[in-house]
Amino acid sequence: MVEPLVHVEGLKKYFPAGGFLKKVWVKAVDGVSFDIFEGETLGLVGESGCGKTTTGRLILRLIKPTAGKVLFAGKDVTRLRGKELKAFRREANIVFQDPYTSLDPRQTVFNIIMEPLKTHGIQVDDPEGFVTKLLYEVGLNETHLYRYPHEFSGGQRQRIAIARILALRPKFIVLDEPTSALDVSVQAQILNMLKNLQKKYGLTYLFISHNLGVVRYMSNRIAVMYLGKIVEIAPAKTLFENPLHPYTKALLASIPVPDPEAARTKPKIQITGEPPSPINPPPGCRFAPRCPHAKDLCRQKDPKLKEIEHKHVVACWLY
Amino acid sequence: MSSPQFREPLIEVKDLYVYFYTYAGVVKAIEDMTFTIYKGEKFCMVGETGCGKSVTSRALANIVPSPGRIVKGKVIYYRDGKPVNILELSEEQLREIRGKEIAYIVQDPSSALDPLYTIGYQIVETMIDHYTVRDQKEGYKRAVELLREVLMPDPEQRIKNYPHELSGGQRQRAVISIGLSNMPRLLIADEPTSSLDVTVQAQLLELLRRLVREHGLTLFLITHDMGVVAEMCDRVAVLYAGNIVELAPVDEIFKNPKHPYTMGLLRAVPNPQADIEKLEPIPGTIPNLIYPPPGCRFHPRCPFARDVCKREKPPLVEVSPGHYVRCWLHAE
Repeated sequence: MVEPLVHVEGLKKYFPAGGFLKKVWVKAVDGVSFDIFEGETLGLVGESGCGKTTTGRLILRLIKPTAGKVLFAGKDVTRLRGKELKAFRREANIVFQDPYTSLDPRQTVFNIIMEPLKTHGIQVDDPEGFVTKLLYEVGLNETHLYRYPHEFSGGQRQRIAIARILALRPKFIVLDEPTSALDVSVQAQILNMLKNLQKKYGLTYLFISHNLGVVRYMSNRIAVMYLGKIVEIAPAKTLFENPLHPYTKALLASIPVPDPEAARTKPKIQITGEPPSPINPPPGCRFAPRCPHAKDLCRQKDPKLKEIEHKHVVACWLY
Repeated sequence: MSSPQFREPLIEVKDLYVYFYTYAGVVKAIEDMTFTIYKGEKFCMVGETGCGKSVTSRALANIVPSPGRIVKGKVIYYRDGKPVNILELSEEQLREIRGKEIAYIVQDPSSALDPLYTIGYQIVETMIDHYTVRDQKEGYKRAVELLREVLMPDPEQRIKNYPHELSGGQRQRAVISIGLSNMPRLLIADEPTSSLDVTVQAQLLELLRRLVREHGLTLFLITHDMGVVAEMCDRVAVLYAGNIVELAPVDEIFKNPKHPYTMGLLRAVPNPQADIEKLEPIPGTIPNLIYPPPGCRFHPRCPFARDVCKREKPPLVEVSPGHYVRCWLHAE
């Protein structure tokens, strides 16, 4: 058995949501467990508000969990302090969704990419050459060194953000919707680049997205989240060809397929309604109110993740 | 499913040019745009950010936002069989058409609704303005029916709600029912589902399909998602940098794309139903339309670009019945 690079267990994050006499909590992430192995990409999909971004931030300790633990190469990230935490920040990093707000508009590209090195007190002999090399890695070049973020397109900015992370030679990167602000023709460029970099540097990715086509293209395994919980994890191909959880099925049936013939013959398992609020999630299985197969048991007791076939786990009373 | 069943034109756009006069220079947002939308069809316009698809939809009702201006061209609207040029009508005549005969559904339902009025009031307002209901009482009755039609849960209660009390999907349902309130002949939907989750998007697309079928509406749908195109449309126009580069029945576009941009776009989108080893991106980025490239606007990114592409703009040519392409590869 290979040790996972990232091991997440019973991770919870409740955000306070006001309430005067009785405290009210938003249960953004409510008991999430999974592993990410070295060199693989784990896709994390779900609709807005399901807690996928919060999960990514919890793993990197950008926010502190309410409960649960995150082991990174065997060390509990939730307990790290001082030097150890700083060392962890070097190894694990994040690419944000919006390349327009994640770069400092008053710094040149050179300064933006050098900043993490300064923070970590890393000396390089030839800073200009070092940054230029990184720029080439992400498809930019030395003419971009002393320009400012506003001079770049969204795709190019995302490239700069990725170069900044590569400067630290990380092991693990959380990609939080890295292409959802980009146009499709540019999206493919960034996705291919991320795949190439992963191969070259043996990177491990947690790829967060709501776009199922993109997730399938990028991931080895995919975890599906619904309202703060993981409902299914499977290898990418298995998940798309043999989805088990009713929510996964509904999600897959809802994606518009870029093929008019397939679109006409596609099975219609449509669910109605919208995800309920995570403030007062329904008791039992959280998908029960929208689920076509819901039984009494589903409304009372929360199903646990269970391995149905090799590497394919589902949280549903049907199985 | 192909176009020949739709013969009667509803709107003809002829040789349309729209420019935006900004401080940085004149943005040539739309040039040489010509197309027809037929009665009863679902017509789609697809393209990336800034390709001019929203501006085109606005030009149809002469509401191009400042600093944009329609420089030249015609928008012929067949009103009870009689052609009128929308761009030459007076404000009063336009007001009769907008919201009644041509209605819009915009991308962001939160900004399309007034936060200070209830959903019910906003639906009734549109109908009273166009005299399609006698009074408030009849209006509210009709509003409940409309909300029920767009599958809003618990419509009797919802008409009393303010926009902030509804979810994104419910707000978009309210916007759709405002659009439908006067039973328009042309419904223009500008990215109606891009701000929504996929499971909600699927419900709303199904709803739009049903409305077109049951009420004989004509739908003009704008999207950037090839998946939505495949599911929704009869005919598609592919836009690139302010030009229609290809226009064809939906099956033609997907099975037999002719323009290098359309081909590139189809290969660049990861299909969730297929195992893809490697995506083929389109190199480069969208041009700045203040200084658009000379000749074909796609030539700097085109793998087939030749000398003529850099010099001269290709014409839109019909390569097979109903299939138009703007490319020198197919112009001879």
